Amino acid sequence: MIKTFAIAAVAALTLSGTNAYAAGAAGEIHDVDFSFEGPFGKFDQNQLQRGLQVYTEVCASCHGLQYVPLRTLGDEGGPHLPADQVRAYAEQNFEVFDAELDDTRPAKPSDNFPANTGAGAPDLSMMAKARAGFHGPYGTGMAQLFKGMGGPEYIVAILDGYTGEEKEEAGTYFYENTAFPGGWISMAPPLSDEQVEYADGHDNSVHHMAEDVSAFLMWAAEPKMMARKQAGLTGVIILTIMSVLLYLTNKRLWARVKGKKSA
Amino acid sequence: MSGIPHDHYEPKSGIEKWLHSRLPIVGLMYDTLMIPTPKNLNWMWIFGIVLTFCLVMQIVTGIVLVMHYTPHVDLAFASIEHIMRNVNGGHMIRYLHMNGASLFFFAVYVHIFRGLYYGSYKAPREITWIVGMLIYLMMMGTAFMGYVLPWGQMSFWGATVITGLFGAIPFIGEPIQTWLLGGPAVDNATLNRFFSLHYLLPFVIAALVAVHIWAFHTTGNNNPTGVDVRRGSKAEAEKDTLPFWPYFVIKDLFALAVILVVFFAIVGFMPNYLGHPDNYIEANPLVTPAHIVPEWYFLPFYAILRAFTSDVWVVMFASWITGGIVDAKFFGVLAMFGAIAVMALTPWLDTSSVRSGRYRPMFKWWFWLLALDFVVLMWCGAQPAEPPYSTISLIGSAYWFMYFLIILPILGVIEKPLAQPETIEADFEAHYGKSETPAE
Repeated sequence: MIKTFAIAAVAALTLSGTNAYAAGAAGEIHDVDFSFEGPFGKFDQNQLQRGLQVYTEVCASCHGLQYVPLRTLGDEGGPHLPADQVRAYAEQNFEVFDAELDDTRPAKPSDNFPANTGAGAPDLSMMAKARAGFHGPYGTGMAQLFKGMGGPEYIVAILDGYTGEEKEEAGTYFYENTAFPGGWISMAPPLSDEQVEYADGHDNSVHHMAEDVSAFLMWAAEPKMMARKQAGLTGVIILTIMSVLLYLTNKRLWARVKGKKSA
Repeated sequence: MSGIPHDHYEPKSGIEKWLHSRLPIVGLMYDTLMIPTPKNLNWMWIFGIVLTFCLVMQIVTGIVLVMHYTPHVDLAFASIEHIMRNVNGGHMIRYLHMNGASLFFFAVYVHIFRGLYYGSYKAPREITWIVGMLIYLMMMGTAFMGYVLPWGQMSFWGATVITGLFGAIPFIGEPIQTWLLGGPAVDNATLNRFFSLHYLLPFVIAALVAVHIWAFHTTGNNNPTGVDVRRGSKAEAEKDTLPFWPYFVIKDLFALAVILVVFFAIVGFMPNYLGHPDNYIEANPLVTPAHIVPEWYFLPFYAILRAFTSDVWVVMFASWITGGIVDAKFFGVLAMFGAIAVMALTPWLDTSSVRSGRYRPMFKWWFWLLALDFVVLMWCGAQPAEPPYSTISLIGSAYWFMYFLIILPILGVIEKPLAQPETIEADFEAHYGKSETPAE
């Protein structure tokens, strides 16, 4: 009875796993083996810095990151830039409007990345959490348990999914993309091979740049991921120890009232 | 307090006597904690403590979140990100609160289905059951309104769809909907009142929980055999029961710790698994998400809501007989609330004189079919409203009502129950043998 109950309950939870994002005709998304997946996964600091570079040189011209504070670029568990580099990065790359000055001024670490809505491009702060890469099987969302939520994979797939076809509809250009629901996206292919020159000499093909910027955007969406996993692990360990202690206490307590099984 | 005879608190020292004659609070706590509890309770009886824990955790984390949250349509979404990024430990508190709701509902569903299987709703526990159902309704309201607060796309569109249900009520629906929303559409007034109620309702739940506990402390707990505790004398009662403290407190805490291991793994390692990605996009009244899905714990009832489309014959019949007043939309709303109402009426729908499903050979099968039905409906609720899901939802919904309205009343008459143990003590000894040294 209890066992069946438990099985039913677990099945209910995993099956429902809402993630029935059976939404629309989903595009083709492939799993990427990111360093930050799984309970022990960590952000690769170098990858985040490369991704920041791609964001700054390419994406930032149209997309904002309005919820991400610039100072967090210096945080541990993130790109972890030294304080002076964070300051220099903010100053050199972004202008913000200051209500007190009633004018724009170079950004400071205490500012957020600016919003950028000019081109009608969505903000990227939470993009890696706002898209699901994996739905299946049968809309159960089980794949997410093993592959992660799939947001970063979705971004890689979009950046890497252009076929080169384009069409014009009512004055707007659309570009064929195998990952985009519906197949046609209004964003022109943003990356081309060797577009960004990495200081560490890392491979700068479109696919690699896409992976780097996706990792960076995952960090932007979930900057406390490493602290959270650490807290989760601590919780799991402490509670496991408590479970064992309580199990033994319980066993001893009940031994007094439970006799030896006669039959 | 009436109930199973047991020892009561005796104030000993002067100060204890002084307090007890003025405010017998220690005695109340003593009686509550030392309540004689059937000693054969199995692991299905641990969810009361899990639920109490959930309520406390949600209130505590919620109070902290409120310190940093801003209930305004222009600021709510950003204030959540402020909590996630700038508030010390804010990301953990929010994820605990978010996933805490899921743990709460997971536990309440097991708790309810345990009650359904072991006949915990039957006389004399009808009031405990009804109060429990009220708590469950309040939980749904609270969770729904809480989900609106982050002001993401699903928050907004979920609120629009669910409040739209009230608009389906004939004649008075639209004024009611406008009154609920505080305007013609989901907007700042809606967000503010949902925030206010989301803060208020948990305390109403806490009060109802006290009544729930009070009620079953009067009747005594049910148990896996459904056989009553002998209460002729204290000595007799002690053969069937053990005091709640320490026996069941320690047992329940052990179970709670095990459940929390899983809970912390989810919060720590995949906190967004049970959420929906669209809620990380700020609410936009101009863009409808491709697929509006409620949280997992609403899915079975959402499936029932959507199952009754205008081409189903019952709906056509209802529409014809009421001259079109009851349309498919209103029928769906009635079905959804009706699905919970029939569950609340179980004490009077189940005609069997035997409480526990353990001794009901036919009932067992129907019960497990109902549990399966619940899971299937949950799955259907997450799928698009199109064949084959709509057909499966309809069959699932039909079974839900059949179980409560037809099967339960008939089973009590035609079923031949198995022999029940004479006493709880007998059941306990059949499992664990005769106790060598009687407790205490």
